[in-house]
Amino acid sequence: MTTTAYGFDRRHLLGIDGLTRLEILDLLDRAEANVEIGRQANKKRDSLRGRTQINLFFEASTRTQASFELAGKRLGADVMNMAVASSSVKKGETLIDTAATLNAMNPDVIVVRHHASGAVALLAQKVDCSVVNAGDGAHEHPTQALLDALTIRRHKGRIERLTVAICGDILHSRVARSNILLLTALDARVRLVGPSTLIPSAFRDMGLEVTTSMREGLKDADIVMMLRLQRERMQGSLVPSVREYFRYYGLDQEKLAFAKPDALVMHPGPMNRGVEIDPLVADGPQSLIREQVEMGVAVRMAVLEAVVNGRGDSQEGTA
Amino acid sequence: MTDLMKRAGDVPPLVIENARVVDPSRGIDAAGAVVAIGGVIAAAGPDALNQGRPDGAVVVDAAGAVAAPGLVDMRVFVGEPGFDHRETFASASRAALAGGITTIVTMPDTQPVIDDPALVDYVFRRARDTAQVRVRPMAALTKGHGGQEMTEFGLLKEAGAVGFTSGRHMVANAQVLRRALTYARDFDALVCHVPEDPDLKGSGVMNAGDTAVRLGLSGIPAEAESVVLARDLRLARLAKGRYHASLVSTAEAVDLLRWAKGQGIQATAGVAITNLTLNEIDVGGYRTFFKTQPPLRSEDDRLALVRAVADGIIDVVVSNHDPQDVETKRQPFAEAADGAVGLETLLAAGLRLVHAGDVPLARLIEATSTRPAALLGLDAGTLRPGAPADLVLFDPDEPWVLSEEMLLSRSKNTPFEGARFTGRVRRTVVGGKVVFDRA
Repeated sequence: MTTTAYGFDRRHLLGIDGLTRLEILDLLDRAEANVEIGRQANKKRDSLRGRTQINLFFEASTRTQASFELAGKRLGADVMNMAVASSSVKKGETLIDTAATLNAMNPDVIVVRHHASGAVALLAQKVDCSVVNAGDGAHEHPTQALLDALTIRRHKGRIERLTVAICGDILHSRVARSNILLLTALDARVRLVGPSTLIPSAFRDMGLEVTTSMREGLKDADIVMMLRLQRERMQGSLVPSVREYFRYYGLDQEKLAFAKPDALVMHPGPMNRGVEIDPLVADGPQSLIREQVEMGVAVRMAVLEAVVNGRGDSQEGTA
Repeated sequence: MTDLMKRAGDVPPLVIENARVVDPSRGIDAAGAVVAIGGVIAAAGPDALNQGRPDGAVVVDAAGAVAAPGLVDMRVFVGEPGFDHRETFASASRAALAGGITTIVTMPDTQPVIDDPALVDYVFRRARDTAQVRVRPMAALTKGHGGQEMTEFGLLKEAGAVGFTSGRHMVANAQVLRRALTYARDFDALVCHVPEDPDLKGSGVMNAGDTAVRLGLSGIPAEAESVVLARDLRLARLAKGRYHASLVSTAEAVDLLRWAKGQGIQATAGVAITNLTLNEIDVGGYRTFFKTQPPLRSEDDRLALVRAVADGIIDVVVSNHDPQDVETKRQPFAEAADGAVGLETLLAAGLRLVHAGDVPLARLIEATSTRPAALLGLDAGTLRPGAPADLVLFDPDEPWVLSEEMLLSRSKNTPFEGARFTGRVRRTVVGGKVVFDRA
């Protein structure tokens, strides 16, 4: 629990972009301490007692929203879920109006997910409280990257110099972007694997290793991180069919064998079994997928606590 | 493919001597011989008989005729499945071999469209059972030629598809073509497309210009081709994929291709032999066998295309063999279907360009054999030792006149009825075995 002068002391968490290595490590250390709390019979803390947390999800989410809700409640906060389907957003209210309305209720932190990249940063400019990005478009999903890093570190003891293969639909993935930023900030070696239609060529220009072959991409990998493939991609002529995608990019035992024998498999969920991952691998001994969910709560507790108590600059300038 | 290996296994050695050996893949054009053992080339060229003749060889005296790699025809429509009355693999095979063609690359425009690995497999099985020519299918670029969803390039290629084509259709959606070119890159697949805008073509049935006006037929402007080709070449640059314009017909297209190649864009192009040897004037008598896609263009266009073939701006010359029956052709010109048969006349018509001094013989062989084989990654188009012994033996100076009843194709829609040719196929060899002999 080292909250040094170099630790995370910001009012918002809008993305991994712009965070220093020390800020990231500080959040991971704080989250690490929360893991044990979640395993005790009494999981309740009171560091956010009396505080109000609003979960504002413009995009459907089960696990992320539940994870943030649980994290807030364990810290003693009053948590309110704004389900968009039943909100005024459906009646045509703009994002800014919604922000102003919620702001008038004096919350301490708003957790936002939105389908448009940059929407969370925009909202953060319009409210007086802390804002946590729970996923904006194809931009960032910082708490996912943090929980992935925590999961990796607990198993491998480190992040630096590990080879991490991120596989699949990189193009549409905010999880991939946040992970690329975080893992490279902590000196991991990141590889991107997928069909050329799903990997923006700019990543190659940025110096990342990009390959279209799972054999090449998984060679000597310590971590294999699979991404969800939306079925809509078939209509967009990005991928021809599920069977072809699974044939070349679905993680089955044969492809996993290209990685190190002790390689670990991750997936941010929800999984499409038989599309990007074989059920035998998803539920196999190398899979960390369930543990990722557990780490999610610990990381979100750390983040909520950190931003509510944060005094420093927000990350409004990141976009 | 194993069928051909099997077939090659028990053939006796073959020696073709007193030949003019033309092998563009190795820059050979010299008097010599070809020796094939076990279905593959053992030696070809001036020194091929240095080791003597193998025991038990079948010896053919070429009497000075040209021995060249068998032609690889990159654009052939066969009627199977769905239009068997126009052409079967068996009839296409006979026609191809009579024309010196040893590999036909088939178009997926059948019923059903070849867009699934199981259908590619069907083509191979039918070809194995009924054809002696080597059949290499192209699969559809988009499902059902619908122009919206790309096909399974990976699985289709594994099944044996040698390329992906939109057949007779244009992919109107630029995003779809862009993504197909991008995705094709991962499998080193060639994307083939006919640049012809259906809206600009409209009701057009022949080249736009004086002749069309005089005949009272609506015209297809050159821009129907160049507008699409200009788009495609930029998409190829963007996607960094391998693009092949299956057919071009205009001088403007040649300029665009020259530009693209200068830019280092991975673009290649083909031209139909009809567009190199005929022009819009031939349509004069409303003869529907001269109705093709793309249309026969002006003489200026034709000359530009011939020069482009000679200097390599156009890579490939194809028959664009498209059998049509009486039902689709015995119609008023505007209502008749496009298409002309061409397997049996590709080489003979091509030799017109050679005799006219416009295209060297070695370049003609390259454009009809070596280059298409290279574009598609086929083990063909060469007389290099170790390559399958697929070759054609033709007398470049034999005069003959084509008549419809000579045609072995099931359909007779040739624009060369009564045409005088100089140069005729004598023998065709596939896998070391003489499969056509005019003697």
